[in-house]
Amino acid sequence: MPYTAHPYIPNSVPRIKEEMLREIGAASIEELYGAIPARLRLDRPLDLPPPLASEANLRRHLEGLLDTNRSCKETLSFLGGGCWPHYVPAVCDEIASRGEFLTAYYGETYSDHGKMQALFEGASMLGDLVELDAVSQPTYDWGTAAATALSMAGRLTGRGKVLVPESVAPERRSVIHGYCDASLDVVEVPFEPGSGLLDLEALRSLLDSDTAAVYVENPGYLGTIETRSARIAELAHEAGALAVVGVDPISLGVLEAPPRYGADLVCGELQPLGIHMGFGGGLAGFVAMPDEERFIAECPTFLIGLAKTSQGEWGFGEVVWERMSYVTRGDSSEYAGTTQNLWLIVAGVYLALLGPRGLAELGEGITQRARYAAAKLGELPGVEAPALSGPFFKELVVRFDGTGKTVAEVNRTLLDRGIHGGVDLSAAYPQLGQSALYCVTEVHTKPDIDRLVETLSEVIA
Amino acid sequence: MTRLRPFHQASWNEPILHEQTSPGERGLLPPTVEPEIAALAGDASSALPGELRRSAPPGLPELSQPQVLRHYLRLSQETLGNDVNIHLGLGTCTMKYSPKVNEELIRSHKVADLHPLQDDETLQGILEAMWRFERTLCEVSGMERFTFQPGGGSQAVYANALMMRAYHAARGESQRDEILTTIFSHPCDGAGPATAGFKVVTVYAGERGYPDVDAIRAAVSERTAGLMITNPEDTGIFNPHIDEIVEIVHDAGGLCHYDQANANGLFGITRARDAGFDLCQFNLHKTFSSPHCSMGMPVGASGVTGELARFLPAPMVERDGASGRFYLDYDRPDSVGKLRAFHGVPATVVRSYAWVLALGGEGLREVAEVAVLNNNYLAKKVAEIPGIEISFAEGNSDRRLEQIRYSLERLQQETGLSTLDVARRTVDFGVSQYFPSHEPWIVAEPMTLEPAETVSRADLDTYAAILARVAKEAREEPELVRSSPHRSTVHYMDPEPHNDPERWALTWRAWQRKHGEG
Repeated sequence: MPYTAHPYIPNSVPRIKEEMLREIGAASIEELYGAIPARLRLDRPLDLPPPLASEANLRRHLEGLLDTNRSCKETLSFLGGGCWPHYVPAVCDEIASRGEFLTAYYGETYSDHGKMQALFEGASMLGDLVELDAVSQPTYDWGTAAATALSMAGRLTGRGKVLVPESVAPERRSVIHGYCDASLDVVEVPFEPGSGLLDLEALRSLLDSDTAAVYVENPGYLGTIETRSARIAELAHEAGALAVVGVDPISLGVLEAPPRYGADLVCGELQPLGIHMGFGGGLAGFVAMPDEERFIAECPTFLIGLAKTSQGEWGFGEVVWERMSYVTRGDSSEYAGTTQNLWLIVAGVYLALLGPRGLAELGEGITQRARYAAAKLGELPGVEAPALSGPFFKELVVRFDGTGKTVAEVNRTLLDRGIHGGVDLSAAYPQLGQSALYCVTEVHTKPDIDRLVETLSEVIA
Repeated sequence: MTRLRPFHQASWNEPILHEQTSPGERGLLPPTVEPEIAALAGDASSALPGELRRSAPPGLPELSQPQVLRHYLRLSQETLGNDVNIHLGLGTCTMKYSPKVNEELIRSHKVADLHPLQDDETLQGILEAMWRFERTLCEVSGMERFTFQPGGGSQAVYANALMMRAYHAARGESQRDEILTTIFSHPCDGAGPATAGFKVVTVYAGERGYPDVDAIRAAVSERTAGLMITNPEDTGIFNPHIDEIVEIVHDAGGLCHYDQANANGLFGITRARDAGFDLCQFNLHKTFSSPHCSMGMPVGASGVTGELARFLPAPMVERDGASGRFYLDYDRPDSVGKLRAFHGVPATVVRSYAWVLALGGEGLREVAEVAVLNNNYLAKKVAEIPGIEISFAEGNSDRRLEQIRYSLERLQQETGLSTLDVARRTVDFGVSQYFPSHEPWIVAEPMTLEPAETVSRADLDTYAAILARVAKEAREEPELVRSSPHRSTVHYMDPEPHNDPERWALTWRAWQRKHGEG
């Protein structure tokens, strides 16, 4: 029996197929596959579940399956650690779902002018936040952005070693190692277990004439702000290395633009800027750099530039296309590809909505909520919060050693009561004992935080 | 005879956002802080170290909400996505319809508002979808296991290069530091391994448009770590000796990766494993219908044999045999480590899973067959246009599969207009500028078209008619083509400022510094 028409496939109508075959002078579809030898042909149908060709059936089935998830709308969640709950404005969702942006790909100057402008504006607003004139198009996430920034530093300095804090997220460290190990020696710098801040003595002893870059984050994975960032950048510069700083851009309404304390390269994560967590799929990274030829030459990502057309309109194009791995192929130092562009468009929408005042107010509110949570949690018997003395933005380490319970036990009981506790740090950071990383943002209200504290008091009792 | 409709693209002359700033306007107010919190926490800025407190507000634009919405909606109108145009000009990109129902599914909070570190028991639905889709890809490819962590085809190729590196290291053969690829494979098949530290050897095509077996034989050595190849390559020509090529690399001690970014003509026809490949990758945002998201939300699903599965990145989705529960397995000591944080873009896995469920095995084969039929139908019409030829047609009369690299060399010789001029002019007829070719241009004046299964016969007729019209204009009114576009969002732009450090501008800050206001 011939295949009946499928709604996604206009030419699956048997009559149309026959007419098209006749038009091209082929007796059958099979004839079109004549180049594939019989020995390579699959001699049976694909063994897959029967189709749910009706949209209603498909939706019913998949909604039923996905309904078994419990989302952060249904639980009170304090999980962060690289992907964070922030409020997503309705306008961000509206723009993200526009079919034109959603289904555009590689059209450029003339086909996709609007997409190019939105991406340029997104990069421009990130440039405003970090006060640098050149900003990459997206990387996959913060970790891949850091890996690229460090690789760039290696090539820019011609040196072979980069220094990375041990307090960088374990997954991010793994990404950096996988990416850089072929060309760079990635060396971890310990942190002070009391403050969470970089151990400056250790840094001094590791810095040498082969050091390409020193990397720090503000705020870091453990939530702390590196108070001695300017001194660290100074030490890096004295050794002839570059200072690379990773940022959570939602903090930049209240935290300083990294170049003002010595950063040469800045990288970070876009997900907080109006993008749903999406089980981690909401991540997207960026790298910002000085607008100098030597930096641009080493940047592996797409770069969109602004210029005037022949009629004086704004136009957009690829900046120094020849540097990209699409051209350099096997001679590339870093590959490029499709990444997370829609999220740069959305991040731009978010920053345009917030504006400078909104971002500052948001940052202040987050800082206050996190401090309130720390104070309340710290009142619980046996609970240390914040467990690190360094200042923090939206995440803090909470230590449960004094309760006699493990983080796993605490989180298990919390979950039974509808709360996701903080990320368990005990395996990755044994020096912090039974500690968890709690994330508090503008989505958390006072009743939310109070509920956590009350429930925890019962859990640890 | 197909009649071309009059067209003009939206052209709003929309200023840059920063030009529209109106100090004091607000687009969104953050949630208020309860007085008890404010009282206890005090002034937030005092909590931050002085040296790191923001000293000057960022230069973001200030706009009200309707202004922001209108700006971005206008920009969306100035974008020719697959939803609004006959998007078959982007060969190697497999532009196809992305079903709307799949978008509704992934926008639900049941996917959109999941945190990647939630307890497994709260993730059973999405883990099951990922697990079942992995089984699907195993059946489609013949491979044993897949990871969905890589973002896009390039990262999957890079991941597979890392796995080759780990495989040889585990066997004490780290001297294997060369990867072979071919000139018509995707550039990432060279760039991914190069990033992983390999030396890359590129094999060129023979007269039939694909690398000869002898060329591969001459390229392998005791330093060969592996091969990264597409088939069909960008030419759309299937290399019938592919299994012999794989065998030569195997005999030399190397592994073989099949770049299946464009597998749209092969569902149910032939499989990676059956040709002997050890690794492969599918681009879910291409072949498996997930939307291209302005170059975003990709998944390069990377598949391997049972022997290589231990090198896959953590975590993997597993099912407990006894309880039937799904869980994330992070305990993978031989893994190559993380490629990116968490689990890649799971929403894209859900979309693709939904797409396969809507089609079933027979439907997937129908996708392949109609894609190949569409391509051959379009080829007949395009090859009839004077000045346009199918590359390697002289040396190889085989039918092409899902895409074709054409050459406009004759048209260029006759008119002096390049394929870039022609591509630009097609935009005036409402289609996205076509993709010429990856560099280097081995085929002169290239044009690569790939009509997926979701375009209609009328669409194919229209596209061919647009090309015929522009080719005719190139002969009769060359200036019209050279100075195009005329009915697009913007007019011709000299690309040179984008290569000049004194003039290029990657941000509005840079534009103002180099060129002053507006």
